[in-house]
Amino acid sequence: MAGLMAGYGHYTHAVVRGIPASLAKEALRSSQTEVDLAKAVKEHEAYVEVLRTRLGLEVVELPADESLPDCVFVEDAAVVCGDTALITRPGAESRRGETEAMKGALKDLNLNIVEMTDENATLDGGDVLFTGREFFVGLSKRTNQRGAEILADAFKDYAVSTVPVLDGLHLKSFCSMGGPGLIVIGSSEPAQKALKIMQQMSDHRYDKLTVPDDLAANCIYMNLPSKGHVLLHCTAEEFPESAKVFEKLKDHMLIPVSNLEKVKVDGALTCCSVLINKKANI
Amino acid sequence: MKLVVCHVTLLDGTDFTCEVEKRAKGQYLFFKVCEHLNLLEKDYFGLTYQDNHDQKCWLDPTKEIKRQIRSNNWQFAFNVKFYPPDPSLLTEDITRYLLCLQLREDVASGRLPCSFVTHALLGSYTLQAEIGDYEPDQPRPLDFISQLTFAPNQNKEMEEKILELYKSHRGMTPAQADTQFLENAKKLSMYGVDLHHAKDSEGVDIMLGVCANGLLVYKDRLRINRFAWPKILKISYKRNNFYIKIRPGETEQFESTVGFKLQNHRAAKRLWKVCVENHSFFRLNAPEPPTKARFLTLGSKFRYSGRTQAQTRMASSLIDRPAPSFERTSSKRTSRSLDGAPMISITEAGRESAENGREPHLELHSDSKVTVVDVSPGDAEAMLSQHSPGSSELGPPQVSVPQTEAATADNTTSDTKEPAKTTEVEIEETVVVQEISRAPKPGLVTVAASPPAAPSAEQEMREQEVKVQEEAVVVEEAKPRKEESISSESESEEEAEYHPYLPVSISHTQIPEEKEEEEEQEKQEEDKTAELQVLASDASSLPAEVIQPAEETSREEEESRKEDDTETEETEKTTNAEEEKEVERETEESTDDPMVTPDEAPNGLTLPEEGVTVIDAHAEEEEEPKMNGEPSLIEAEPLPQVICCSEPPVVKTEMVTISDTFAAQKTEIATKEVPIVHTETKTITYEAAQLDGNGDGEPGVLMTAQTITSESLCTTTTTHITKTLKGGLSETRIEKRIVITGDCDIDHDQALAQAIKEAKEQHPDMSVTRVVVHKETELAEED
Repeated sequence: MAGLMAGYGHYTHAVVRGIPASLAKEALRSSQTEVDLAKAVKEHEAYVEVLRTRLGLEVVELPADESLPDCVFVEDAAVVCGDTALITRPGAESRRGETEAMKGALKDLNLNIVEMTDENATLDGGDVLFTGREFFVGLSKRTNQRGAEILADAFKDYAVSTVPVLDGLHLKSFCSMGGPGLIVIGSSEPAQKALKIMQQMSDHRYDKLTVPDDLAANCIYMNLPSKGHVLLHCTAEEFPESAKVFEKLKDHMLIPVSNLEKVKVDGALTCCSVLINKKANI
Repeated sequence: MKLVVCHVTLLDGTDFTCEVEKRAKGQYLFFKVCEHLNLLEKDYFGLTYQDNHDQKCWLDPTKEIKRQIRSNNWQFAFNVKFYPPDPSLLTEDITRYLLCLQLREDVASGRLPCSFVTHALLGSYTLQAEIGDYEPDQPRPLDFISQLTFAPNQNKEMEEKILELYKSHRGMTPAQADTQFLENAKKLSMYGVDLHHAKDSEGVDIMLGVCANGLLVYKDRLRINRFAWPKILKISYKRNNFYIKIRPGETEQFESTVGFKLQNHRAAKRLWKVCVENHSFFRLNAPEPPTKARFLTLGSKFRYSGRTQAQTRMASSLIDRPAPSFERTSSKRTSRSLDGAPMISITEAGRESAENGREPHLELHSDSKVTVVDVSPGDAEAMLSQHSPGSSELGPPQVSVPQTEAATADNTTSDTKEPAKTTEVEIEETVVVQEISRAPKPGLVTVAASPPAAPSAEQEMREQEVKVQEEAVVVEEAKPRKEESISSESESEEEAEYHPYLPVSISHTQIPEEKEEEEEQEKQEEDKTAELQVLASDASSLPAEVIQPAEETSREEEESRKEDDTETEETEKTTNAEEEKEVERETEESTDDPMVTPDEAPNGLTLPEEGVTVIDAHAEEEEEPKMNGEPSLIEAEPLPQVICCSEPPVVKTEMVTISDTFAAQKTEIATKEVPIVHTETKTITYEAAQLDGNGDGEPGVLMTAQTITSESLCTTTTTHITKTLKGGLSETRIEKRIVITGDCDIDHDQALAQAIKEAKEQHPDMSVTRVVVHKETELAEED
């Protein structure tokens, strides 16, 4: 019997999406860099392979849509918690279409779908940090107060606190969960400031794992039967210093995952999948 | 003995009726109810009543019921007051059961929001607890379930889910089901959060949630800030404003004050009380000791009087009885209609905001009155002239309209022309949060007076501090207010502060380093203060033994600031009746006990450095009643005497607000938002003619001083008793400060008349020599 907050990090399914060729040129990015499409596709395939083969998740792979250059970053299109899925209204107008396919996939997984229809609301899943006890929603260029309100309404059991994101694209551009009650956080000043706010806003205590690189703070934690604590994190190639920090985590099964190409269009590890727990929930 | 019948709605929806004496205290009824319920772990619970404005209020156990309920409606409800963060730590199942009942109601009414799944899960445990295992052959179980209320928007789908889950609980005992219910409910983010509508500094609708951990700020459903109890230094309210003073963070240098606007002063006071109680219950090992608190605290008198969670846990660990049997029932939710259920939910805030604008209680004009009634035997000295040397600095400009009407005791000042009846009230209450301290030194307490809303610079200058040692020895520093010319409103700007557990020192010079920045200034002003103190004492008798000028000064300050004390009423456990008795006792002491032994004077005159003085505090005084002079009452024949007049001053009040972290981060502290409150103050003084000299002749010596506060529905009475010795005569002067508070529905004239009458009744051998009516009107506030 799973009650509230039972089994943080338990996942059975993952929704991912292919990379359209349009990503190389048209995907939104904060710095002008060339993306090697072939490398990006390869990188993404490796990522999906880890989820499917290494971790044994049931992977739902949505086809890429050329008209949606950013569609590989599925995280922004939906927030799933328990058996409720909130279909977002992404902050970037060019990405609004991404939610359609996502909604269909989640419906097929029998999740309760909540849609964000309010035209004043925007929310990117990348701004939503679920800690297992509560939500933090980054108010960023992509996510506004109204979007956060709708999220709070969709997940009534949990406290939803807002955190200003002044630097970086999303809240999760510099933090993520590294385990139950463990926040991985970048060491930049804005990141540390955001962490302070989260700590102040919370009734719960969190441990923190500070990594030298903000982008490296985005990792994927899972708690899987037979595997225990699993952490997908940056490679030593990409962020050598931060990788060293992750390597110190003794209780975790550590899986470095390359993200060299997708990061050029502001994609982080969490961005590329929506994780779902089907069985444990009532 | 007059008996009345009380109706108490219990958590299972049944009605409990019992008779109590008309003058019974809240506690009596509460115990009756607990006895009826067979409840031992009662400290988590309380009784509520609806006030005249249909607001749910907690019945104060230490006060008479009659004086709280106002209307003659003896209707109460038994409710959970403090939601235990971990219900599994409760000792008895019956306690958990009652908590479950409350939560079922909270959940069903929407007060405790939860998701569909959680609704279903909680509902399924409820069924298991209340009707036991699912019976497969029960006909049409869904029909049965649909008759019960589990959620505000219950539907077929939810009922099916409830049934499905209920089936899976087979074999679970009712107690186990309750436990499971609580384990899930306690994790809900709004569990135990008491919500209050408010507005932030920019007039935006928010909700303030008080809970075991602190104060939460919500905008719509979103948590936008949180102030854990350890972060809060002081909680206060004034009129409809509610303030918290925040401990500076690691990197910050200064404390900040956050202000919120409540719908009216009652709402502000209610919120303040809830904060005081929740903080005390969840954070303290024991409630603040009432006797000491009484002395120090010139202000608010309300404190949590029950057991703290730590104490109640201790007590319930000693419970040694077989688990009482009780019956679980679901009758209540079957019959209840949710339509009328008053509930606040965070989502509501937005909707209500529209209405708020039109509601009469948002009336921006407010008005209040402070009445000082001087009851003093013999002496009719003008208070104002007492201060002469320093009054310009000490007092607010108290100038008033010439008045020829006499204000003797009999001439109740009710002739005073009161302003409009549409009055809101000047109220300021403060509590400084006392955090659990591992170190067992209970020592120093600081009472500082300064405006909660004032910018810190001003604050520094204005603070008045009282340091108290364990043995109730007080070092009190009073300082003249410096910026009189700027802000003339004065008293309402004062605040009282209470810093527990600081180290103690008796003489001013020893006051330890960690004192606030104000200290420097205080030191400079010390001398002046001392002077004033001496002059302040009245004509009386006997050689001087004890000097307690500080106290005297504080009285003067009170005089001039008035609301300072009364409105920042600090608490006492003692009930009204007891307080009254005490007043009497004090009075008797001063007249009946002729033995004065100079050596016994607790703090000799002879310590010259102690310009700012060591005072014999309340506690000590009660043990040493010998230091009083011969009784020599001089009856005053009070004649009316005109005093002074003043123009209405205008005060700007600033507040620093960080009600949401976004703003805080953007601007660090949004000091720019400056709500301005224009306040009009008017003071009318009625004075009886003086009998003996001008009092400014020989300095008298203050022997004892005492401040007692009591409260009734719309009046707050602070009784300040001073005994002075001067030229062989002793004099007891009792100064009552009565704050009449209320909205339009209060007849101020009548309240004032009543207050004066009561004062006369209590002290028949004294005469009223002086009545100062001070009223404050808030002119306008623009958001």
